[in-house]
Amino acid sequence: MIRLEEVSKVYKTSTRPALENISVEVDKGEFVFLIGASGSGKSTFLRLLLREEVPSKGRVYVANFDVARMARRRVPRLRQSIGCVFQDFRLLANKTVAENVAFALEVIGKPRHTIRKVVPEVLELVGLEGKAERMPHELSGGEQQRVAIARAFVNRPLMLLADEPTGNLDPDTSQDIMLLLERINRTGTTVLMATHDHSIVDSMRRRVVELDLGRVIRDDARGVYGVGR
Amino acid sequence: MATDWNTLWPVLLDSVGQTLWMVAATLVVGGFLGLLLGIALYITRAGGIVPNRVVHTVLNVVVNIVRPIPFIIFITAIGPVTIAVVGTQLGTGAATFALIAAATFGISRIVEQNLVTIDPGVIEAARAMGASPWRIVTTLLVPEALGPLILGYTFVFVAVVDMSAVAGAIGGGGLGDFAIVYGYQRFDWAVTGVAVAIIVVLVQVAQFTGNRLARRVLRRG
Repeated sequence: MIRLEEVSKVYKTSTRPALENISVEVDKGEFVFLIGASGSGKSTFLRLLLREEVPSKGRVYVANFDVARMARRRVPRLRQSIGCVFQDFRLLANKTVAENVAFALEVIGKPRHTIRKVVPEVLELVGLEGKAERMPHELSGGEQQRVAIARAFVNRPLMLLADEPTGNLDPDTSQDIMLLLERINRTGTTVLMATHDHSIVDSMRRRVVELDLGRVIRDDARGVYGVGR
Repeated sequence: MATDWNTLWPVLLDSVGQTLWMVAATLVVGGFLGLLLGIALYITRAGGIVPNRVVHTVLNVVVNIVRPIPFIIFITAIGPVTIAVVGTQLGTGAATFALIAAATFGISRIVEQNLVTIDPGVIEAARAMGASPWRIVTTLLVPEALGPLILGYTFVFVAVVDMSAVAGAIGGGGLGDFAIVYGYQRFDWAVTGVAVAIIVVLVQVAQFTGNRLARRVLRRG
């Protein structure tokens, strides 16, 4: 599903590489935590998968896409196969819950009747039935993140990237969000989650890839957050 | 001197027809071309959806050159092009051509300005979800900016009515021509007054309709 081969990334404004010669492979249907301190290269890692950045060296494959070398006009196809969830939710403030989710389909040209059918289904999946007509500011943080997950998943992407999805949530709400991500993972969707949250990583016992100063320093099949600290 | 309304009425009606024709054709054709040009200006700017410095700079410079030219000068300066396209430099057709050309550039800026006000976060979200540039334009930019665009086009309508009065300079006809030939040049204030009154009514109706439409679209959005 994801394959990075000896990837390095050096930003123009920096002398130190953000990523240095890393190789990582993630199979279809895996659930992977990407951990590491701020500046360890997690964000760059995610941005490379989305072709927000191009590697300075090495190859990046996502599904059947040769991400680093593909033509710019094909990038939308790549991004349609990756759902994204962020720490700050990034909902559209002037649209209702249902409109936020529908938006993801409208902008990729899905027909109206499909949208009308699919949006309620995915809202039910994330446990937001009955809140379709609410505005984002009327919802709790956990509910807003559910909307964001619904929006990322409504197109049934092959893969879900979550960048600190629990960063703004309390522990109980975070647990609920993790259960939801697990449920999505069980549908066969690959989930890659960047996080700082020790307790979540420790309780889930999933694969952990740890970055430090742009290098992979650990890749455990059933890892915990802080080995040897 | 009493005004001879019996002979003037048919001329006045013709003039109203010519003005309406010029304004309508300009709004439809110039409005469409201006929309395209405005979108092109917006999406090619730095940090836009399809940034392209060369295209943006060229378009920007061309718009900046054409737009500030006073219409009375523009309509004569564009003469050679008008002859090449319309076949003559005189009459309503020629005036309409010049109006469309001038309006296209003017409208492009209004379109661009309205698009700039769209929340960049929404566009960023659409890109992250894999929306192609074309989809972003059709499903996001135009619908999001529709309310302000309607007000912009209403403003343009009034400006085009104003510009169309200059058409008289090249025998283009219309209310402006009528007011000058039968009113001003004959010192007949009644005729000028009637022409002005009709233009005022025209503009009021347009503004009223535009406001109503824009409000409806904005409320829905």
